[in-house]
Amino acid sequence: MTTPTELDPTLAAMRDELDRLRAEVEAWRARFAKGEVRDLAYTNSANEVAPLYTALDLEGSAGTAFEVPGQFPFTRGIHPTGYRGKLWTMRQFAGFGSAKETNARYKFLLKEGTTGLSVAFDFPTLMGYDSDHPRSEGEVGKCGVAISSLADMEQLFEGIPLGEVSTSMTINGPAIILWCFYLAAAEKQGVPLAQLRGTVQNDILKEYMAQHAWCFPIEPALRLIVDMFEFGAKEVPQWNTVSISGYHIREAGATAAQELAFTLADGFTYVERGIARGLDVDDFAPRLSFFWDIHNDFFEEIAKLRAARRIWARHMKERYGATSSRSLIMRFHSQTAGVTLTAQQPMNNVVRVAYQALAAVLGGTQSLHTNSMDETLALPTEQAVEVALRTQQVLAYETGVPNVIDPLGGSYYIEKLTDEMESEAERLFEEIAGQGGVVPGLETGWFQKKIAESAARQQWEIEQYRRLIVGVNAFTTEERALEIPLLKIDEQAAKDQAAALSRLRQSRDSARCTAALDRLREAARGTENVVPFILECARCYCTLYEIRAALEDVFGAYREPVFF
Amino acid sequence: MSRPIRVLVAKPGLDGHDRGAKVVAAALRDAGMEVIYTGLHQTPEMIASAAVQEDVDVVGLSILSGAHMTLFPRVLQLLREQGRDDVLITGGGIIPKEDMDALEQQGIAKLFGPGTPTTALIEYIRAWFAARQAQGA
Repeated sequence: MTTPTELDPTLAAMRDELDRLRAEVEAWRARFAKGEVRDLAYTNSANEVAPLYTALDLEGSAGTAFEVPGQFPFTRGIHPTGYRGKLWTMRQFAGFGSAKETNARYKFLLKEGTTGLSVAFDFPTLMGYDSDHPRSEGEVGKCGVAISSLADMEQLFEGIPLGEVSTSMTINGPAIILWCFYLAAAEKQGVPLAQLRGTVQNDILKEYMAQHAWCFPIEPALRLIVDMFEFGAKEVPQWNTVSISGYHIREAGATAAQELAFTLADGFTYVERGIARGLDVDDFAPRLSFFWDIHNDFFEEIAKLRAARRIWARHMKERYGATSSRSLIMRFHSQTAGVTLTAQQPMNNVVRVAYQALAAVLGGTQSLHTNSMDETLALPTEQAVEVALRTQQVLAYETGVPNVIDPLGGSYYIEKLTDEMESEAERLFEEIAGQGGVVPGLETGWFQKKIAESAARQQWEIEQYRRLIVGVNAFTTEERALEIPLLKIDEQAAKDQAAALSRLRQSRDSARCTAALDRLREAARGTENVVPFILECARCYCTLYEIRAALEDVFGAYREPVFF
Repeated sequence: MSRPIRVLVAKPGLDGHDRGAKVVAAALRDAGMEVIYTGLHQTPEMIASAAVQEDVDVVGLSILSGAHMTLFPRVLQLLREQGRDDVLITGGGIIPKEDMDALEQQGIAKLFGPGTPTTALIEYIRAWFAARQAQGA
């Protein structure tokens, strides 16, 4: 047996260097302790941060010293070419008022250089209600665009060739219905389904967890998602059938580590459901994508994104037996954190968004939405949206940041934090398993309670001045009259929608609608894939609520566990 | 020693943003009030009927969907119809200042925007309650 020293003199030299470093760090620590310093610092997720990281912090971990981007486990990125090959997609989420108004905003955004569309629906649409349903009163077109049938979807994309854009739709409870409206609109434009590119958010688990726009109970809702996996893999192969979202979990109060772990656990649940249906994991996993919230703690966010890629790749390979590299890579969209924007001194939000955007890009995002400065006050104005988009363009074309792939790889702090994020997530996976998994954890409200506890703690920290928010509990100024203009949504969209729906109901073939809805109920009661049945309902202009109601006849509605 | 203040924290409208409502509910409870939380997606009718059944002093409405101009006055009207115009209807969310002023004109009490410390709500409710008790005595 030879010792490494005898084997290789360079290794011995390296060990001596590490010993020397250890002594240097000890000496530094003594000098640091004598200085006047803040004794403790924490990340946004309340993990303690050391004032200095060295090679010693990575002992026992290789970090990413032996990794290149585009190779398992993809910590350093999913593409070998990084942003040299393709910049991230600048995808600004937009929608308000009627389909016609939003169509005009999309044309504006496309002209200004946005490279992908992202549809924000109003709350009635998100919940599966038509614009003229009594529950929709006061809400139509307020926080997004109102889409009640194929006719509205056709109007939304009028003059925009669906074979050439990629469209992301933030829709969950009734996602399967809106997706069918989109597919039917493409058919009417003469675009083959196989040519369509885009994403439906369709992540119902995080709806129960955090965002709360649901329709049906958990089990039938999961079945609908797997139906979409199955149909999408065959007929719409370039479409991302779910965007597994941490965004709303974080916005609702979760820490970075909770966002990471809860979201990945949701993702694993979808994979397990797909496999249980008898699908080959490599047939549907390549179409799963993710969506992360980019919060204020710069390094923690970058580490979260790096850890997320690594955990997903490892679990997909080792637990679920995926072999295609397309199944192992985590593609994701990012959005800067809405919850960090302040109503006080709203111009400061431009700065927050810029730092968050930088973190998203250093973390290797595939697409990015930057928030507008006025979003704690109202939906953004065109001017505010333009500044937000320009923020990305400055980052992309002026800063030099996209030139190098994973430029922070090898930073002692980033590598240590990435490792810590990963081990914290693994610890939370065990806790979730202890709850019986994601679905039982939702039914008992375990996730919801964890998120609410974190939110309450953050509020307490702000009120105790342990967490400083510029303009809110530090550096406050006398309240000035608002210095930025706000977007106003009038009630006209609601009136127009109601009139259009009543015309639609009179002009369509109602016998064909009734028959299509009956066939859908029958399919929902059985085990057949319901997508073709909903698509037929869409084609004959059944409305959103009619389709939701038909499914609800079979599935029932979701009731939330109420607590605080 | 006066009795605890009873508060209904309610989420009218269709938006699912319950972070603020839950933080406020917990803070009011920790301040010694008796708090009932309705859960999400409540109609004005559901809220008014819960307020009457639970015999609350205060209704705190939380909304971020933009439907406040439709839904808040309806809660107020329903409570008045049931003879409960003594209930303080306050709340918060994403509500532009001029809408807050318009709602106040109609009889809704003070509304709070993002960044408000929970201590401000607690003080506001306590001061209102003390004034009402003093009037009643």
